[in-house]
Amino acid sequence: MLPSSEATPQNWRAWLLTDTPASRRQAALGRAYRRWRRFAANPLSLFGLAILLLLILFAAAGPLVAPHDPLRQVLADRLLPPGSASHWLGTDQLGRDILSRLIYGSRITLSIAILVVVVVVPIGLLIGTTAGFFGGWLDNLLMRITDIALAFPKIVLALAFAAALGPGVINAVIAISITAWPAYARLARAETLRLVEADYIHVARLQGASRRRILLRYIVPLCSSSVIVRATLDMAGIILTVAGLGFLGLGAQPPSPEWGFMVASGRNVLLDAWWVATIPGCAILAVSLAFNLLGDGLRDVFDPRHGD
Amino acid sequence: MAHDLPTSAAPLAAIDDLRIAFRGHDGRFSEAVRGLSLTLQKGERLGIVGESGSGKSLTGRALLGLLPPAARVSARALRFDGADLLAMPPRERRRLCGRQMGMILQDPKFSLNPVMTVGAQLREAFARHAPKLGRREMREKIVDALAAVHIRNPERVAAAYPHELSGGMGQRVMIAMMVSTGPRLLVADEPTSALDVLVSAQVLGVLDEMIAKHDTGLIFISHDLPLVMSFCDRVVVMYAGRVVETCAARDLLHAQHPYTRGLLAANPPLANPPDELPVLARDPAWLADTGCAPRDESATRAGSDMDNSTDDSASTLADSNANGDANRAARSGAHGACR
Amino acid sequence: MSTPVTALDRLRALPARNAGLRAALFALRWLITLAVTFVGLLAVTFVIGRKVPIDPVLAVLGDRASASAYAATRAALGLDKPLAVQFWIYARDVLHGNLGTSLLTSNPVLTDIQRVFPATLELATLSTVIGVLIGVPLGVLAAVRHNRLIDHVARFIGLVGSSVPVFWLGLMGLLLFYAKLHWVSGPGRLDPVFDGMVDTRTGSLLIDALAAGEWDVFFNALSHIALPAAILGYYSVAYLSRMTRSFMLDQLSQEYITTARAKGLPERRVVWVHALRNVMVPLLTVIALSYSFLLEGSVLTEIVFAWPGIGSYLTGALLNADMNAVLGSTLVIGATFIALNLLTDALYRVFDPRAR
Repeated sequence: MLPSSEATPQNWRAWLLTDTPASRRQAALGRAYRRWRRFAANPLSLFGLAILLLLILFAAAGPLVAPHDPLRQVLADRLLPPGSASHWLGTDQLGRDILSRLIYGSRITLSIAILVVVVVVPIGLLIGTTAGFFGGWLDNLLMRITDIALAFPKIVLALAFAAALGPGVINAVIAISITAWPAYARLARAETLRLVEADYIHVARLQGASRRRILLRYIVPLCSSSVIVRATLDMAGIILTVAGLGFLGLGAQPPSPEWGFMVASGRNVLLDAWWVATIPGCAILAVSLAFNLLGDGLRDVFDPRHGD
Repeated sequence: MAHDLPTSAAPLAAIDDLRIAFRGHDGRFSEAVRGLSLTLQKGERLGIVGESGSGKSLTGRALLGLLPPAARVSARALRFDGADLLAMPPRERRRLCGRQMGMILQDPKFSLNPVMTVGAQLREAFARHAPKLGRREMREKIVDALAAVHIRNPERVAAAYPHELSGGMGQRVMIAMMVSTGPRLLVADEPTSALDVLVSAQVLGVLDEMIAKHDTGLIFISHDLPLVMSFCDRVVVMYAGRVVETCAARDLLHAQHPYTRGLLAANPPLANPPDELPVLARDPAWLADTGCAPRDESATRAGSDMDNSTDDSASTLADSNANGDANRAARSGAHGACR
Repeated sequence: MSTPVTALDRLRALPARNAGLRAALFALRWLITLAVTFVGLLAVTFVIGRKVPIDPVLAVLGDRASASAYAATRAALGLDKPLAVQFWIYARDVLHGNLGTSLLTSNPVLTDIQRVFPATLELATLSTVIGVLIGVPLGVLAAVRHNRLIDHVARFIGLVGSSVPVFWLGLMGLLLFYAKLHWVSGPGRLDPVFDGMVDTRTGSLLIDALAAGEWDVFFNALSHIALPAAILGYYSVAYLSRMTRSFMLDQLSQEYITTARAKGLPERRVVWVHALRNVMVPLLTVIALSYSFLLEGSVLTEIVFAWPGIGSYLTGALLNADMNAVLGSTLVIGATFIALNLLTDALYRVFDPRAR
């Protein structure tokens, strides 16, 4: 498998970058390695990735890392400024440690964003690939619906849905998902239309593959890369929408430390204790920025203009 | 290198050791034009032939200063009418473009501004030469220019948008725009490659007429060897960014360089065609020069298997399978390495 | 679509001489799309309205209504009819301007919206103007000086613009420019002392004050709108500069630019006349889109600045579960959003000579 007997880094690199891979796994790994190299060449993308890894770390290890209980109110320690010995990022008006609330809040933010993507991407993929693959009246109908849905204002409708369904995390996810799927359906359909003309699809059909098999085993996986890139770029917007809903009290309910709601609750003490509203906002900004940078980096890697 | 006809007058344009390089994805510069030299006399028609990627378009644009900003240009000398183009400030060089040099591009659908009428674009060109012209006189000048390139309904065409014109008409508009002001040098970059044969002949006729009228020096860039042979006085053959042969157009059939002979053979005659079409086999020796680094190891290995023979030894006009694999390797090595 | 099958196809296959007929045809299709999309929006708001967990009958009658009063009110509200009929009644009401009554203000929702919408329009318009005046030249410069300093600055602005939450930026702006620096006035449209000094005729306080020659009012209104317009304007600058840069980069690599340069035109003219003119049409559509995004963005911004626009109205209604007001505002904002989006499609056809 390896060209020489030593498994040095140079040999691994040569193995991965070779023009003549010996197995499918080697080819796939080699391609992934090339993409990683291209991605890593951009320092901003790496920076975004680093922030996201940090976020995931905090979310996963939250209870172990947070210095205090996020819900514990110590009224004697109200409104401590950042830089205090026991509370590195200060406390809010109920004496709760902001750093701990931030860490626990990262779980909420991350889970809502992931839930939205997990719901929206499969639905969009399904609708888009079906429309593009089968064509005809089905395509027309699905695309008309998608076009109409695309013309709606996202945030306003998400607000209205959240208002009707009531506050809470699940309802927030549903509200955002309902307005986010059309863009993915559009994208998947465009990719499908492009792929359907490809020769290997014709070959598969000649070999007798059923249409459903072609759709599920060929088309859907091939559309995935552009959909994933788009989803990453959209994550930033989803996080901002989640924060917006939280700001209006429509997301996770108090005393849950949702970041948007933390900003809202900091409004009352904005002039005296600026950090209560500012710091959660910085967290939202950082995570959104990270997703944007990551998405830009992924797009540069997967963009067909770069070949490979 | 350039065994020109002996001249006593100073050349209209002179290029000496032109090098144009671009930065690749990995940050290294790779040269697209590697040490090209040629001269153009006043009123002479010079053809530059080569395949795609040989650098011929870039050469023409370098003379006019129209290379993309990513290009890195250097030359021992780049002169127009004695003036040093490299030392010239960009604004002055741009002015030179309008007044004394012109360029015709390949496809008028793309080379004319799609949201401006033909008349407006012509007016822009002519206003640089005759700024004091009143509106009515300018309109007449435009109509006259269009009529001079044998456009039958000049007023209608002047009011039309470029996408409403056929290919041949669009090229004639380009000619009217660039040549009717009488530039001293014209670069025509594949002017008929986007046109079918009949229209192409018409357009070339118009071009011929306009150039003769103004005694314009012409650099005709094309991949069509027979066309260049018939239209130009002298021909320069480019390969991989260098000149491999220069001769008078009428002498081209007796060309020496194997690449040129290969190009000539790629146009089989209609009468008595050969049983098998000749396949051009590339000799890496044609690239023998500094600055031509192979891109990956496999190419060098293949290249070194074919010993570095010089031009004479290579029987490069392979008829078919005889040299099959070695040639394929050489070809891939050569191609992989240089553009 | 090779052989004409339907009447529509036959019409489409007519030669270009019947350009007038084809234009009328496209206008008709556009109107139909507009109508269908609006009906879709109505359907969505209808569904949202029915999804409310609160029983609308009890909301009117209170908890202790008798069974017969309950049944009577239910019939009066039309809730006993089949869903399709209810939707028809709802649609008919909306098209007649009846958006229900607000629980909070007891006014018809439409009256409330007519009162508050102009404030939002004023804010969105000023923000878009800022976006165009700063964003478009920035985008052009970023494209021309590709990969140099101003390009990186523009890209940074764009990046931040898609990562910063608007409500937070508004709060920070208030904190810095109002509380700490006192450069601008605080929340609201006018200081209370100026209230009612100027007739609101156009809905825009700035224009009305100017027209009436009331300079005090004008400058006060200006100092109130400055910060929210700057905040929203930033997003517009970020978006428009990124789009302009992208369009311009695309155009500057085209062949006709080479021709223009070969004609000897100065680079200034090549960029700002030749390239920019080709970018006008997509740019206009993008500006219209930006306006619609700002309308949405105002929903979260107005609450921070206590700006009495439709955004504040909507969020106020949300917090008080005033569903009529919520749905009415959603409908109005949605309809404007849809109209702007579809308008951009029409603009393409009108302005691009190639599309005629």
